[in-house]
Amino acid sequence: MSEPLRPPPRKDPQAPTRPPQLPPQERSRAALGLVGAAARGVFALQRCGNCGTVAYPPRDACAACLSVDLAVEPVPDAGEAIAETTIRTTTDLYFRERAPWRVGLVRLDCGPSVVTHLHRDVAVPGRVRMVLKLDRSGNAVMMALPTTWSAPMADDPELRELTASPKFRRVLVTDARTPTGQAVVEALVKAEASLVFAGIAEPFKPFAGREKLEATERVQIVPLDLTDTSSVESLAGEIGGKTDIIVNTADHVRPGGLIDGPGVATARVSFELNVFGLQRLASSFGPAMRGRGADGTNSAAAFVDVLPVHALANWPGFGVHSATAAARLSMLQCLRAELRPGGVRVLSVFTGPVEDDWRQSVPPPKVAPRQIASAVVRALQEGIEESFVGDVAADVAARFAEDAKTLERELGS
Amino acid sequence: MTDGLGNAGDLLARLAANLASGGVEIVDLTHTLTPEFPVIVLPAEFGQCQPFRMEEVSRYDARGPGWYWNTITVSEHAGTHFDAPAHWISGRNLPNATVDALDPQTLVAPAVVLDFSAESAADEDFLLTRAHVEAWEAEHGAIPPRSWVLLRTDWSRHVGTPRYLNLREDGAHSPGPDADAVRFLVEERNILGFGTETVGTDAGQGGHLDPPYPAHFILHGAGRCGLQCLANLDRLPPRGALVFAAPLKIRHGSGSPLRGLALVPGGS
Repeated sequence: MSEPLRPPPRKDPQAPTRPPQLPPQERSRAALGLVGAAARGVFALQRCGNCGTVAYPPRDACAACLSVDLAVEPVPDAGEAIAETTIRTTTDLYFRERAPWRVGLVRLDCGPSVVTHLHRDVAVPGRVRMVLKLDRSGNAVMMALPTTWSAPMADDPELRELTASPKFRRVLVTDARTPTGQAVVEALVKAEASLVFAGIAEPFKPFAGREKLEATERVQIVPLDLTDTSSVESLAGEIGGKTDIIVNTADHVRPGGLIDGPGVATARVSFELNVFGLQRLASSFGPAMRGRGADGTNSAAAFVDVLPVHALANWPGFGVHSATAAARLSMLQCLRAELRPGGVRVLSVFTGPVEDDWRQSVPPPKVAPRQIASAVVRALQEGIEESFVGDVAADVAARFAEDAKTLERELGS
Repeated sequence: MTDGLGNAGDLLARLAANLASGGVEIVDLTHTLTPEFPVIVLPAEFGQCQPFRMEEVSRYDARGPGWYWNTITVSEHAGTHFDAPAHWISGRNLPNATVDALDPQTLVAPAVVLDFSAESAADEDFLLTRAHVEAWEAEHGAIPPRSWVLLRTDWSRHVGTPRYLNLREDGAHSPGPDADAVRFLVEERNILGFGTETVGTDAGQGGHLDPPYPAHFILHGAGRCGLQCLANLDRLPPRGALVFAAPLKIRHGSGSPLRGLALVPGGS
C-alpha cells in the first residue's frame, strides 16, 4: 500500500536547489497528436478509420491495413498489467534523479500492449485503469492506475510528477476579494495546500468575506494589485521563492462591445488587469518558479489561470471582456512554452458566465464560484491543462473544436 | 515697474534673497504620487478614476543602457491635483474652463487656511458651514478676493490607512463644506478656489447634500477651481501664504496632478 506523503522539511539554505530536468522531449508529429486528449484528461489513442485497429505508439499508417486514416479518439481505458520492472539507474538525467521508477507492460482491452508508467499500488498481473497525462515536457504519456482508488494513492511519486497536486504546496490566489477567489482559497486549503496566500488589491476598500479569510488556518492575506507592477514585484520579492502554485482568479468584467460599450478608458482597465496583470505575474514570479521545478515535494508546479471561455470566440455582449480573454489565452500559450524548461505547468480553467454582479442580466446556466474552485483543484490534482467549467464552457469548447467560424456566427446572434 | 507696494523688481529681488536666507520658506503641498495613493471611488457602473501607475522603460540596461525613464499613466484627478471648472457639468459651458486655457494669473495666488482639524477629528463627516467661515473671519479678518481657501482637517495624516477614504457600505466618510459655505465663499468673497486634504473638495457623503457635491457644483459652475489631496496645510499660516498651483497644460484637460507649493514667512 501507498505510504502517505510526508510534509517536506524546511529548505536547507546550504543545499543548492536541484536544477529542473525534463523527460525526453522529442516526439513525432503523430505522437504529438495525443497531446490534446492528454491536456483535457481524456484517454484517447489512434484508431484506424478503415479497419478499426487501435494503434500505439502513434504512427503514420495503420499496421494492420496500411490506411493513413488514423484519428485520435477516446478508447476504453481498461487493461491488464502483464509485466513490470523497476528502473534503478539510467543515463537520462530526469529519470536518474527520480529513480527508482516503476514501469510495466499493459495489454489494453482495446488492443495494443503498451509500455507505461506504473502506479506503485498496481498489482502485476492485474487489472488497471489507464490514464493519458502530460509529462513535464508537455508530451502525452500513459500511466496505469489501480482500478480502485483511495486518497493516499494520489501521493504516488510518479503520479505527482504527472500532476501538480496542491498537497503540501504553497499557493498564491491572486484575487481573493471575490466569491470565486474565496471559494478557490477554501478548496485549496481543503486539498491540503500547506499555505494559501490570498491576494487583496486596494486593502483600504472593505469586502465581504474578509473575516472568514482571516480566520482560516493556513491562509495569509497579502497585498497584491495586478494592475500595479510595483505591487506584483514587491510580493514576488517576499514570497516568490516559496510560491509553488499560482491561481490567477483576477478578472475585470464589464459588459459591452466596441461600439456599444464603455469605451477605451474602461477597456484599458480590463486589459490592465486581465492581460497585463497576467504578464506582470509571469515576469515577476515566473523566473523563480521556473528555477524551482524540481525543488522536492513542494517544488514549483503550476500556474493556473481562470479565464472566460469566450477567449475562444467573441461574445459581443461582453465583447471587450472576450477580447481580453483572447489575449489572455494567447499569453498563456506563450507562458506555457516559457515555463516548460522548468517543468512548471500552465493550466487553463475556462469558465462560462459566472454568477456575479456583472452578469445579472445573463440568463442561466451560470457558473457558481464553488464549481470553479473544484475545477481548479481537479486541474491541479490531475494535471489537466484545459478544463471547461459549466455547460456553456463545455458547449463553446465543443463548438469551437467543430468549427470556430460557425461558433463566431452563433455567438454573434 | 511700480505699484502701490513699491518697485516690483526690487520685490522679486528681495523675495529671492529671502528664499535664500530662509526669510521665506517653501512648503510642499504635494503628496508623492504612488500606485498605492487612493483615488476617489465612484459607483462601479461608472467609469473610474485611474490611479497612478508606472512602468519602467529602461534603467541603464539592455532596454536603454545610458538612461532611466518610465511611462506613467494616471487620471487627471489622482494624487494631489487640480480641478478646473470644466471638471463638473455646472462648468461645462464656461469659457476658458479647461486647464490649458486657465489664465496663468490664477496659478499663483494668496491663500487662507481655515483650521478645522479638531472638528474633523471629532466628526468624520464634519461639514464646514457659513457660520464656521464667518467665525473664522471674525478672528482672522475677511477672506481676500481671488485667494485660495484651504480647509485644514489634518486628513492628510490618514494617507496610507483605510481611514483616508474611510469607505463603508454607505460610501466614504470625510469632512468637507456644505453648500451655503461654498456659495458664501464664491458669491460674497469672490474666492479663486477651494482646497482640501481629502480625496475631493466635497465631503465623503457630499453626494447626499443639496446640490449633490456642492463644492464641485458651485465652485466649478462659477468658474472657480479646486485643489485636493493637499499635504502640509498644518505648516501654513491662517493668512499670508502664497500658493503656486499650476496644473499640466493638457489640451481640453479637466484637471491635472500638480506639484503644489506655498511660500510662507520663515519660521511660521
